[in-house]
Amino acid sequence: MTSPLKQTLECPVADGEGERYSLRMGPQHPATHGVLRVDLELDGETIVECTPQVGYLHRGFEKLAENRTYSQALILTDRLDYIAAMANNVGYCLAVERLLAISVPQRAQYIRTIVCEMSRLASHLLWLATHALDIGAMTVFLYCFREREILLDLFEELCGARLTFSYPRIGGVRQDVTTAFVDELQRFLQLFPSKVAEYETLIDTNRIWLKRTVGVGVVSGDEALALGLTGACLRGSGVDYDLRKHQPYDAYDQVEFEVPIGSDGDIYARYRCRMEEMHQSVRIIQQCLDQLPPGPIIGPDAPDLIMPNKAPARMEAGTNRYGTGLIRLIRDRSCYLDGEIYVATEVPKGELGFYFISDGSSRPYRMHIRSPSFIHIGALAAIARGEMVADLIANIGSLDVVLGECDR
Amino acid sequence: MESMAIADCLREQFPEEILQTQTFQGQTAVIIRPGRVVDILRWLRDAEAVRMNHLRSLCGVDNARRKDPNLSRFEVVYHLTSIPLRHEIRIRAQVAEEQPCIDSVVCLWSGANWLERETYDLMGIRFNNHPDLRRILLPEDWQGHPLRKEYPLKGREEWAGMTDLLNRVKELDQFGFNPKADASGQFGPNPEKQP
Repeated sequence: MTSPLKQTLECPVADGEGERYSLRMGPQHPATHGVLRVDLELDGETIVECTPQVGYLHRGFEKLAENRTYSQALILTDRLDYIAAMANNVGYCLAVERLLAISVPQRAQYIRTIVCEMSRLASHLLWLATHALDIGAMTVFLYCFREREILLDLFEELCGARLTFSYPRIGGVRQDVTTAFVDELQRFLQLFPSKVAEYETLIDTNRIWLKRTVGVGVVSGDEALALGLTGACLRGSGVDYDLRKHQPYDAYDQVEFEVPIGSDGDIYARYRCRMEEMHQSVRIIQQCLDQLPPGPIIGPDAPDLIMPNKAPARMEAGTNRYGTGLIRLIRDRSCYLDGEIYVATEVPKGELGFYFISDGSSRPYRMHIRSPSFIHIGALAAIARGEMVADLIANIGSLDVVLGECDR
Repeated sequence: MESMAIADCLREQFPEEILQTQTFQGQTAVIIRPGRVVDILRWLRDAEAVRMNHLRSLCGVDNARRKDPNLSRFEVVYHLTSIPLRHEIRIRAQVAEEQPCIDSVVCLWSGANWLERETYDLMGIRFNNHPDLRRILLPEDWQGHPLRKEYPLKGREEWAGMTDLLNRVKELDQFGFNPKADASGQFGPNPEKQP
């Protein structure tokens, strides 16, 4: 007969017959990266059922955008994925430009490519920092924030904001790059690859890291496609799908880069994909800086915004056929076409799509945002079922979700 | 394959179901009846020449204020793309105004689960055979569907759950929990310093 003490010390084993209990993780849990609540049904430490509950940050952007002009709705996209707001802005502008058939000058395309990749670096750095912190590697967190700070300073130099940029404009970008910005960015590009190597020495072959990530949260390629995963989560499962290569936008068809593909589909494969993407981003930015063509930064037929300092937003103000003022453009209805468009871009989290329906007025009739985070959290239940509760934290981290984008 | 060619194939395969084909800025949309939407999407996913294996997005649209008289009140829009063949198409299934409902495509793409719940939550279109059709972004007791065109941008009343919440605060108040007093003590203007 076993003593009562021994009974309590024996390891609980989940055989599916034990007593189940439910646990609510979040919405204030530090590892849920925002306000995500996960309702768990547990048997011992094994997850039987996992139900993510979202909506805490729902602000009704799709409804709001229907009641704003195209230029005004741009600022809403900053608040989607606030870690990489620049990439959202660019995705939004590209969709509106295609809808209204507005051309973008080459220089602006290159600048957008640079800022998109910078925001990819900033986003991946924050992902690595928090993901490592969740698993228990504190040092990586501090190292990543050190480099992310340089990127945020660069953004500040470029447009004056560190979080909500609204720097790209429909038809171009707001301000030209300064020499100080280019010099500082060059210095950063020289320095950064060695820093990535530094993170890799900390965790790449770390035994604790490997134990927590290898073979955990495995998603096969077909499963990932059925779940709608995109970005590094899909590529980690061995599916070659990167919109920068499939449907190149801005200057991505002018630069050389590789798309890292994993094969195992576990957390470690996704981690390796993102680390390799950082190296590729550095390559893209370097090529864009080298090739940066001279010229205007905003197209002649772009809708204008009145700038706070009253300076003309473009090189030759007043030469376009719609005049220079935003108000004039709203009155001129001939530039708004009647149609619908779906344009997707490869943001750090995955495929961000904007679906616009225009009925020929100055406001979108309907705007739908296909946000990768929403679909990734939707896939969490399928990925986490049958795994340990501690691995749920690692899974949420490796899916790389931002709740602002999920709830819209 | 060109999007138009896919649309022609689709018309050949399902002549009864296709209502119209539209092209704008190089993107092709096929407007269909809602009845056999699962068959059409399954064909698009599995046919050897098309292989649309990635459901990019799924959303509902309210056509109440659109000018085209041929459209029904609602529609559900599917964006499909083929990762190996690199082509794409948009499918617009028309849904009637009376008791709007359409068959769920969760059986084809399990990721459609949340997208359909979102469409139900914000647009009020029901999905038949959906495993778990509940509200997702809004509270469960929310009234109405915000993305419909008649839904006001700014409401007059408070959310119904707010009254319950305030009653609960009053109830807790009996046990010495007073959030208002705490808040004014900490953040509000100090009454003693005011003249």
